[in-house]
Amino acid sequence: MKGAFRAVAAAVVLTAPLPLLAATLVNRPAPPFARSDLNGSRITLSAYRGKVILLNFWATWCAPCRVEMPRFVGWQTRYGPRGLQIVAVSMDDDVDPVRTFLRGVQPNYPVLMGDAKLGELYGGVLGLPVTFLIDRTGIIRARFEGETDLRAIKTRLCALLHSQ
Amino acid sequence: MTSHKRISTLLGVLMLLFASVLRAQSSDHVSATTIPHDQLIQPADLNRALQAHPHDLLILQVGSRVLFQESHIPGSEYTGPGSRPAGLDAIRARVANLPRTQEIVVYCGCCPWDKCPNIAPAWQLLHQMGFTQARALYIANNFGADWVAKGYRAEKSQ
Repeated sequence: MKGAFRAVAAAVVLTAPLPLLAATLVNRPAPPFARSDLNGSRITLSAYRGKVILLNFWATWCAPCRVEMPRFVGWQTRYGPRGLQIVAVSMDDDVDPVRTFLRGVQPNYPVLMGDAKLGELYGGVLGLPVTFLIDRTGIIRARFEGETDLRAIKTRLCALLHSQ
Repeated sequence: MTSHKRISTLLGVLMLLFASVLRAQSSDHVSATTIPHDQLIQPADLNRALQAHPHDLLILQVGSRVLFQESHIPGSEYTGPGSRPAGLDAIRARVANLPRTQEIVVYCGCCPWDKCPNIAPAWQLLHQMGFTQARALYIANNFGADWVAKGYRAEKSQ
């Protein structure tokens, strides 16, 4: 319980300097969306209800994003059986560099192309990376922005995976 | 020193030079930290300048089109990422006919300053073209945190 409280406090501290709209998304229902991923599969966020979702906004030109992605691949493998579902949204302008980059990363989770509309839906994605943690009931529980210590995300993620 | 040793030393130096050239060619990231401090403008100062003389400055966003569409400095123009040849070509074309004394501010804000791949190549291009009043907007974290959240004016694309 104490660990979960500390994780919540950490998330609040991280969100403090963000635009007001983005910060107010925490503890509210995750805005629904449906898009096709790069493989052509239809991805609907609400279809993952019951899982803990790590929603990651990234881009190929974002150096911290490129560091995170291989770690996320490892997390999907390790925590997927416990209910984790990672969804990545590329904010690249074009899909070609995304496909090229992903050939090296081989993500084991869906990757889809984002746009300004989707960014605005999530409070304005005006810098990358941005990662949301959404609990099993579809409520956003944390928002991490910028070059974040991945251990902080992992701690919060594990707390959410433990909860039902 | 024997001639054998001299040749070995010379070969060693040549190999080091070759390796450094290869590293320079393979690196596609020019750090924003290479921009001299006196060529930077702080967000608060740019905001003041925009309020006082909004039409004197040419402001170019040299990063992501998606992020520009979401939010940008009013009156700024999107040229394309400074880290890519097409983006630099667009900047070059935009400023080609301007007097070299034109005040220009380039900004990106895609990611933390020292990780931004776009701002330094864009500023360097303007500097190389002879623009003496070209500065880079110092955005420590990102455009959202260091401009929008500060309450400075921003608008989204229509």
